Amino acid sequence: MSKEIICTVCPKGCHLSVDENLNVQGNGCIRGEAYGKAEATNPVRMLTSTVKLVSTKMVRLPVITSREVPKGRMFDIMAAINKVTVKAPIHVGDVVISDVCHLGVDIVATRTIEE
Amino acid sequence: MDDILIIGAGVTGCFIARELSRYMTKVVVLDKENDVGNYSSMANSAIVHSGYDPESGSLKALLNVQGNAMYDRVCKELDVTFQRIGSLTVAVFDEQLPLLQELVKRAAINGVEVKLLSADEVKAMEPNVVDTVKGALYAPSAGVIDPFELCVHLMENAMDNGAKLYLNEEVVEIRSFGELYEVRTKKNTYYAKYVINAAGVQADFISQTVAPKTFSIAPRKGEYYVLDYTQTPLVNHVVFPLPSVLGKGILVTPTYGGNYLVGPSSAIIDDKTDLSTDVMTMNEVKKSASQLIKNIPWNKVIRAFSGLRATPSTHDFIIEEAAPNFINVAGIESPGLASSPAIAKKVVEEFIAKKIKLIPNPNFNPLVRPYHRFKETSEEAWHQLISKDKRYARMVCRCETVSEGEIRDLLNRNCAPHSIKGVKKRVRAGFGRCQGGFCAPNVLAILADHYHIKVTEVPYDEPGTNILKQPTKEVGE
Amino acid sequence: MSKLEQRELIIIGGGSAGLAAAIQAYDEGVRDILILERDEFLGGILNQCIHNGFGLHEFKEQLSGPEYAERFINRLKERHIDYRLKAMVIAVTRDKIVSYTCEEDGYVQVQANAIVLATGCYERSAGAIAIPGDRPVGVITAGQAQHYLNIDGYLVGKKVFILGSGDIGLIMARRMVLEGAKVLGVAEIMPYSNGLNRNIVQCLIDFDIPLFLSHSVSRIVGKEKLEKIIISQVDANFNFIAGTEKEFEVDTLLLSIGLIPNNYLLDNIGVIPSKTRGAVVNEHLETMIGGVFSCGNVLHVHDLVDFVSEEGRLAGHSAALYLAGKLKKSGNYLKTIPLNGISYIVPQYVNIDNIEDKVALKFRPVKPLKDIWLITKIDGVVVKKQFKPYLIPSEMVDVSLDKALFHSGNQELTLETEAKV
Repeated sequence: MSKEIICTVCPKGCHLSVDENLNVQGNGCIRGEAYGKAEATNPVRMLTSTVKLVSTKMVRLPVITSREVPKGRMFDIMAAINKVTVKAPIHVGDVVISDVCHLGVDIVATRTIEE
Repeated sequence: MDDILIIGAGVTGCFIARELSRYMTKVVVLDKENDVGNYSSMANSAIVHSGYDPESGSLKALLNVQGNAMYDRVCKELDVTFQRIGSLTVAVFDEQLPLLQELVKRAAINGVEVKLLSADEVKAMEPNVVDTVKGALYAPSAGVIDPFELCVHLMENAMDNGAKLYLNEEVVEIRSFGELYEVRTKKNTYYAKYVINAAGVQADFISQTVAPKTFSIAPRKGEYYVLDYTQTPLVNHVVFPLPSVLGKGILVTPTYGGNYLVGPSSAIIDDKTDLSTDVMTMNEVKKSASQLIKNIPWNKVIRAFSGLRATPSTHDFIIEEAAPNFINVAGIESPGLASSPAIAKKVVEEFIAKKIKLIPNPNFNPLVRPYHRFKETSEEAWHQLISKDKRYARMVCRCETVSEGEIRDLLNRNCAPHSIKGVKKRVRAGFGRCQGGFCAPNVLAILADHYHIKVTEVPYDEPGTNILKQPTKEVGE
Repeated sequence: MSKLEQRELIIIGGGSAGLAAAIQAYDEGVRDILILERDEFLGGILNQCIHNGFGLHEFKEQLSGPEYAERFINRLKERHIDYRLKAMVIAVTRDKIVSYTCEEDGYVQVQANAIVLATGCYERSAGAIAIPGDRPVGVITAGQAQHYLNIDGYLVGKKVFILGSGDIGLIMARRMVLEGAKVLGVAEIMPYSNGLNRNIVQCLIDFDIPLFLSHSVSRIVGKEKLEKIIISQVDANFNFIAGTEKEFEVDTLLLSIGLIPNNYLLDNIGVIPSKTRGAVVNEHLETMIGGVFSCGNVLHVHDLVDFVSEEGRLAGHSAALYLAGKLKKSGNYLKTIPLNGISYIVPQYVNIDNIEDKVALKFRPVKPLKDIWLITKIDGVVVKKQFKPYLIPSEMVDVSLDKALFHSGNQELTLETEAKV
């Protein structure tokens, strides 16, 4: 059974077909081949969201995962993110949740709110 | 003092309330909507017609002309935007010229000053009129008005002078109760000696609660386009085609605010709550308008809307005592807006005055507290305003330049808005090209703050129509 | 009291374009700079674009919107450039008098020596496309919903349909799902999506949200609150095809149907806009009014903020040149003309005497094209011929032309596409 995947490496958007043996067809370049293999075995995504924030003007703080996370775990990570409330001051890069869902990935602030 | 209960706070009900508040009366106004002027009175062409069009001898003709003449004073007292820009009724085929002549005759009988113009004269006044123009009837007394401001300021003034307004009150039954009428709404019961039925499209239903059926009101839908401002004027006057059995036709007009209205269509429908627009009708509107004005910039459309006319089966206004002390003011379709000051005067002088000794209210103040509008205020004066209240320096609406101070001011008056739409109608925040993109969150926050409610409780229009459903991340809250 | 203060450079808009322009002008010696921003924060639309993908060109990193904005805001603050927040510019005159209002200053008029317009764009509304049906609550643009969600922390609805497959719509599809809403589908009137493939995959396919190409909303149903929408297929003329209706019960219809330059300040003084609805400009991004420059989304809508920053820098640089008296207008103008396959070109004019070392043309194709030649001609002579494996309307492209290619007396530059055979 092969997986149908749209390559997202460049705007050409080649339609890839990846079989059980990870042979990739339909790619227009080698980057597409690598992408197809990765997507078929372990699709990962960056996750961005907001957390509740206590500060004078803002009520939400934008956050991002420190690196890509397994696609299938996104809702678990969201559940963890939703439980958190952060207090100002907070700076870009500050860790808001360490090792979220034991994935070895942090949730990190992407905006600086001083007060 | 006996109560006078007015059912309906559209332009008719608002004018009557204000008129009655000149005297020592106890006026109570009910409306089923969450604001005054929230039905037919807010979805129309906003034109104060000159009066050449209604059939001579009809109530429409008489009251249109009388009402039109009253508007300068009304708008001055109530600080309502009104511009007598004049109207042109344009003939585009030779076959239409005799009809123009008919209208001239009718104008004379109705008492309206008009002038017949040649094709060249029309083109000089309206460069964008179609090349096939043959001539036009010019009526200088026609004007465009802000119908939202009109209803609100009328009611504000009526309330300043003692009238009471109850919104979200839909009348479901009326019965005689001795000398009084018992008026039951979905939520409450009111008692009044006199009832004035100004219930618009529902006036027949209201009348039939106390009197046998002598007329019906059919909802006649009109669909419109609103176009954004243009760098050079599209039209300078209200431009009509020749009238037909369907009505005045699809017109192109500048509005009081500087943008343009194109419409309305005309079709009797079944459902009195159907305000939808449809593709076929809107295409007809475009087609008809293009037969009148060339180069209509359709890429400048910012909105489409529709409204319902309360069309009476009698073809004329119905102002009558349907049952003892129960007065119908029904079928107020075009030229309803133009006629309404005269309608109110007639209702008070020919009906109420015959039943109650009307004693002038010594405290009656005909003026509303002046409104501060950025666009109409000098730089000096605005700067002064800011020094008294810094909120006038914060522009909340970019497209229409409306400040926070102006919105806060609305909330400190009678007939204050309870919804985002209510604010929009009063100061135009949200009427511009971005249609609330920038201002809606600001208006929402101001309303929530003033009424001490959550932002999720601020309605867009009727109660329950909140834009924001719930905060995110409810887990654990 | 209002006073006619004098300022060297006023920058209208403190988003990505305005920030870049200010920093560049400062670095080239302009010291008296004032940024006027209408919102409570600098950063513009980036503040609500919490997703990543910004900065690949500018920083060689993939940043989220707020992070990208912060980098520029920090540079601005290091230079102590003056700015006002909650400041609305009411008008700009042809003599460069700027009227604005804000709490600190009240309502003032300032004489600027140069102005940079960086007021961004606004979203096309439901009314603008006159969607048939009722007009209930629940119909809102994707950007507005994004602001309520990411900045204010509110969901505008729980059952959503999206009209328009541009990136804003796709991004919001994902955001709404992740925050607990259901997204039932996306309709796109064109036969192709305008969004990045990455977003089609990561926002729609990942969440099993169907995409209906060549469809649009044919009816909105719900007298006060949205109850359902009906979509229909459209034909080649974008008319609804009867019998193709599909119904969706939703409480929210998000609209991602186009962005329009927020060019009101020039529109209001009668400056005729270009095809993009932004200003007509020359190679230095100077508008028809001398000393008034335009950049970013208010000039033409961009898809990559990195190019907005670049354009902002060019505007800042040009303003600095102008203020130093080094940008003179001469009669030696050539006009740029988009031909076959090209939707528009910015700039619309090139003052040959003022070309520094290159001219950067920006354009978009009319529709998706594959394997084509991109041909630049000056006065009918081919000066550049490039092979492009693909061109899509949602991706702005630039063509860089060397100064040497231009000669005094040149009148026209054309840009066109030709199929590679």
